[in-house]
This record gives sequence, C-alpha cells and structure tokens, in this order.
Amino acid sequence: MIAAFFNSIPMMIVLTGVLTGISAALLGSFLILRGNAMLTDAISHSIVFGIIVVWLLTGQTSGPVQVLGAAITGVLTVVLSELLARSRLVKMDAAIGLVFPALFAAGVILISINARNVHLDVDSVLLGEIGFVWLNTVPLFGVNVPVAVATLGVVTVANLAFVLVFWKELKLATFDAGLAAALGFLPGILHYAILTLTSVTAVAAFDAVGAILFIAFVIVPPATAYLLTRRLWLMVVLAVVFSVAACVSGYFLALRWNVSIGGMMASMTGVWFALALLFAPAQGLIAQALRWRTERLDHDCRALVAHLFTHQDTPAMAEENTLRALVDHLRWTEPRARAAVLRAHDRDLIERRAGLLALRPKGKAEVEAIFGR
Amino acid sequence: MTAIAALLSSSIVQTVLVGAAILGAISGMLGAFAVLRRQSLLGDALSHAALPGVCLGFLIAGGRDLGSVMAGAFATGALAALIMMLIVRRTTLKTDAALGIVLSVFFAVGIVLLTVIQSEGGSGSLGLMTFLFGQAAAILRSDLWIMGGIGLAALMLVLALWKEFKLVSFDADFARAQGFPVTVLEAGLTVMVALAIVVGLQLVGVVLMVALLIAPAAAARQWTNSLGGMVLLSALIGAASGAGGALVSATTRGLATGPVVVLIATGIVVVSLLVAPGRGLLWQAAATRQARARISDGRVLATLQGFARMHDDAGYPSERGMLQVALGAKPPAARLASLESRGLIRSVMHPPETTPHWELTTAGHTEAAALSGQPGDTAKGGTE
Repeated sequence: MIAAFFNSIPMMIVLTGVLTGISAALLGSFLILRGNAMLTDAISHSIVFGIIVVWLLTGQTSGPVQVLGAAITGVLTVVLSELLARSRLVKMDAAIGLVFPALFAAGVILISINARNVHLDVDSVLLGEIGFVWLNTVPLFGVNVPVAVATLGVVTVANLAFVLVFWKELKLATFDAGLAAALGFLPGILHYAILTLTSVTAVAAFDAVGAILFIAFVIVPPATAYLLTRRLWLMVVLAVVFSVAACVSGYFLALRWNVSIGGMMASMTGVWFALALLFAPAQGLIAQALRWRTERLDHDCRALVAHLFTHQDTPAMAEENTLRALVDHLRWTEPRARAAVLRAHDRDLIERRAGLLALRPKGKAEVEAIFGR
Repeated sequence: MTAIAALLSSSIVQTVLVGAAILGAISGMLGAFAVLRRQSLLGDALSHAALPGVCLGFLIAGGRDLGSVMAGAFATGALAALIMMLIVRRTTLKTDAALGIVLSVFFAVGIVLLTVIQSEGGSGSLGLMTFLFGQAAAILRSDLWIMGGIGLAALMLVLALWKEFKLVSFDADFARAQGFPVTVLEAGLTVMVALAIVVGLQLVGVVLMVALLIAPAAAARQWTNSLGGMVLLSALIGAASGAGGALVSATTRGLATGPVVVLIATGIVVVSLLVAPGRGLLWQAAATRQARARISDGRVLATLQGFARMHDDAGYPSERGMLQVALGAKPPAARLASLESRGLIRSVMHPPETTPHWELTTAGHTEAAALSGQPGDTAKGGTE
C-alpha cells in the first residue's frame, strides 16, 4: 500500500509540489508581513552559485551537505547586500540587485564551463525537473522514496516545527520588532533564522521547481491569504491550502495541455491570487468598488437633504427644491441626481409634495445631525 | 594579436559588438534613473515579466522576429507594471510583495508558454532559449536598425524631458507642488525602464537583466555627483560591459553572453566602490586613518603643552613614560616621528636619564594652542 503510493509517479510529482508549497508558504507568510519578500528573490537566484560550488568541491548534487552548503550562499547574499547598503554607497534595493545577479551569473558560467561533466544544465537550474523527481530514489524503511520527496519532507517538518515552536516570538517580532527587542526576544536572530530556513527550503525545492518558480510558492499563496484574513494563524493555514490546491490543479492542467508542470503549478498560485484580488469579501477590488458606490450614494443623500433644508421656506424654494436644481446648480449628472433622489426616498428621508422635494421627519433629523443642532 | 585583428574585421563580429554596445548604452542610460528613484527591483520584476511577452511574440510571429518579440515583451512588461501599481494602491500588500507576485507569476506563465513553443518544435525554438540568458551572437545586422532607433528615441525623450525627469527623480513632492504632472512623468520613467529591459533582453536575458540596469548606474554614481555625468558615464560603462561580454562569449564556445556581461559590469562596480575618489571604500578608510592620526597628534601636542605649563617651562622635556601615563597608551613611534618631521616637537636628551624625551617647538606651541582653542603662550617661546 505504502510502497504502491511511493511507486506511483503522479503521486510523487504532486507530493513533491505539495511539500514545496507547504514549506514555502509557512515561511512566506512571515516574509510577506515583514516586508522581506524580495529577499526570497535574491536568495533563490544566488543558491545556484552555492549548488554548483558545492558540487565542484564534493561531487554531490543532493543530500544534506549540498543543502546546507548551498544554503550558506543564500544567507551570504542577504548579509552582503545589507553590508553594501550599510556602507551607504548604494541603496538597499540596488545592493540586492547587484549581489544576486553577480552570484547567479558566476554560477551559470561555472555550469557552462563544466557542462560536460555536470548533469545540471542551465534550463533545469531555472525550471527544475519536477517531472523526473521519481527517477532518483533512496531506500527508506524498505520503501524506495524519491530523494526530493525525502529532502523536502525533512525540510517541511523542520519549517513546521520552527513556526510552531517560535509562534509567539515570530508574531511579536513581525508586528512589533521594537517591543520584541525590548523584551529580549532577539528579533535579529529570528530574522536570520527565517532567511536561513528560506535558503535551505530553496535548495531543497531547487531540483523540483527551479530557482525562480520557488519565489512564486513563497510569496504568492501567503499574499493571497493576506487579502482574505487579518488573523495570522488563518493566514498561514490558508496559504498552505492555496499552495496545495495550486500544486494539484497545476499538475492536472499541465498534463492536459502538455506544458511545464512546475510552471503550471506556479501559474495556478497566480490564478488564486487574481481571484482573491478581485473577489475578496473586504479587500477585493469589486468589494471596494461597491463600497465606494454606496458611500458616494449616501454622501449624495446627505448633500441632498442639506440642500433641501437650506432652501426650505425661502422664496427660491420653488426653483431650488427640484430635481432640476440638482443638475443645474449642484452640477450633478442627471443619473446621479435621480439615484440620489430615489435613494433618499427609499430611506424615507424625503417625499414629493406639490411637485417639490420636501423633507420627511427622518430627513429633518438627518439634517440636524449634519448641522449639529 | 593578428588573430584578434582578424576577428574584429569580421563583419559578424562587428555587428555583434556594435549591437551589444548600443544595448548596454541604452540600459545604462535609463538604469541611472531607476537607481536614483530606488526602483532597481522594479527592473527585476519587469524583466522577468517580459518572458511571457517574448513567448507570445514568438508564437504570433511564428519565429524569432525581433520586432514582434520586443513588442510582446514591452506589452507584458507594461501590464506587469500596471498590475503592480494596482496591488500597491488598492491593497495593503507592501511593494516588495507586489514585486514578488508579479515577477514570479508572469515568469511562471512564461515558462508554460515556453514549453508550448518547444512542444510545437519550431525551428527557431532554440533561439528563444537565448532570451533567458542572452546571446549577443544572435544579433543580426537588420536588428541594429531597430536597436539604434529605440536608442535614439529614448535619448531624445530623456533630453526633451531632462529637467522634469531630474526633478521627479530627486524631489517628487516639490515637483508636484510646482504643478508638474508627476504621475505622468513617473509613468514615463517606468515605461523607459520597460523599454531598456526590452532592448537589453537580447544581450543578457530576462533573468540577469536587472544587473545591466543597475550595475552601470551604481558604478557611475560613485564617480560623479551630477546627473548628467552619471547618465553619460552609466551609458559608457553599459556599452563597455556589453561589448566586452559579447567579445568574450563570441570567442568561447558554449558561454552565454548575459553572465559574462553581468560579471564585467559587477567588476566595474566593485572597482568603483573601492577607488572612486572621495567616496570609495579605500578613500573612506584613508580619511578615517587621517582623522585618527590628527586626533592622536593633537592629544600628544596638548599633553606636551600641559606639562610645559605645569612646570612653567615652555621647553620642558617630557619623558616617554610620562606621555604614556597621560595619554593612557603608548604614543606610536610613527606619530612622534611624523610630529618631529613636521617641526612641531623635538627629541632631546635629559641627562642623567637615558630614555628619549620630547619638547614642544614654538610651532608646536602655536599648533597645540590652536587645537585646544586657548590663547597661545608663544610669548615665552620655545627654546630655539
């Protein structure tokens, strides 16, 4: 039963994606909230250099040595960028943009030079080979498990343990670094712990989805979750759910259309984000547009009753307290004026009396509230 | 030597070199504004976002046609910039998250489209992979006209709107208060960044494009404080990196142009960060050293003067041990030698003691008084 599961190629591909997604989303939630999302970009590019250097030194393309060795490059990128920015010769954004392309370029050149004896080629560096993860297996408890699945499994457990154990500290350091420092929680150490784990995860996921698609798994599902909730635990849970959903749906769409599996999985995270951006109940663009419309209508109602009140019982009343005056004097468009009158009528603020618009008791109360009487 | 001369006289190599230099110059020129406006990573996001456009242009044209590929790259780059603006303005997500989303999702879609092209197996699909890492050797003579045209257009735009771009880059709030259409100008600058990316793609590819945008500008910034100088220098450095990278990769088998160009540009940045006059790290270190020496000299002089006053003897010879106690550390021999050579102190013997002693000269008294801000007592004079 278990052996059958681990022997099933589709299962292994989806599982690799899911593990990548879960481990990335766990860290990504905090990276997003801390405003460090683009450090992921830097880390995931520059580990290419670490991977090839570790390979040249040890001859290993997977395993713990490779993961930790290459992960050092990721952390080094962040440290170098921060040092460069601290010299005040360049700004932080330019410092990031100087360090990681240089390391990435050096990595690509090293691959090109050693192309004959490396099974890493430039395409798989960028795109990963999730379709072939089942080729490279390692026996675990009598079952042949793909190396990528085993590595990512360990990384996922490590990330989950980190997030659960340091939940309180992470929450505090993310939302109020100053207070965390004052209480002695060492937010700086936590910062580097997150980045180290991100580097480790990036290296572990590298075989599967490549350097750049990894960024999608770190940033996009947590950002999607962030549009839907303001609770941290729910955000992390939703991020994991979106990751898993993107991997599963991406896999089947990729098979159907015969396209890159990793690319399709990452694209699906974008689809969830686009849907959330449009339809999120409170923060979505559509909800915002509707809210804006209602608010404008209510505002127009207030302007209307104030206008009626100002001219009530004055000689100009016959001219002013009409729909026409709203268009001519307040310069509202005809539909806007009609909508406001209808809305005010619905809310029992005004009525039509002798061909003129007049205030109802409720409208009068509203005006008095506006003018503060 | 003759081999290089023969290489340079080849018309293919000339085309590649000229093309690479033009591309580098355009990216360098426009990158200067991106760096000044702290939008370096926007360049990174837009360059990754150009990939689906490249693929679409390829699919629509049915081959590697430079015009349609560039148009596609520009279209998706601009779309990405718009979506980014929408996310930043309408949601509470931070800018870096918006950049990351746009970058990774557009790139993922690009990868999907790339596999579509590869599975269709067009003859030119190999040429498409060069857009990932750049290949200057793929530049054709007819491409030069398009690149030159875009370069000229960008140059004209920068010159025509020089004052406005300058103001928006350095003080957007003031520009807005003065009634300049800042949003339009900022959009214009973003469009120019997208344009620089579209042009540079051929040379360095989508992944490393950000370096071609940032590195020349960051290097140029170290050498000059004027915008004109920076833009000009940035364009020159970009052109030099482009041409150099093209030459190296054209003469080495299997070496993509992009990484070489990026490493050359990064090398120029490192040199600039180290030695740029007045700003570089070496200059900073030298300035710190000088300041330390000046303070140390001042303390030695003030201490000697203190002893002289205490003993009411302008020529009072102070022993090294006394100086050590007063300064809390042994005065470095190099500093004492420097003070002596500048004629501020004089080494004397004070028999019967055998250790070296120092006394202040007249000039030393004047200098010490000036440093301590007290009126000098030169009237008494040192022993001449």
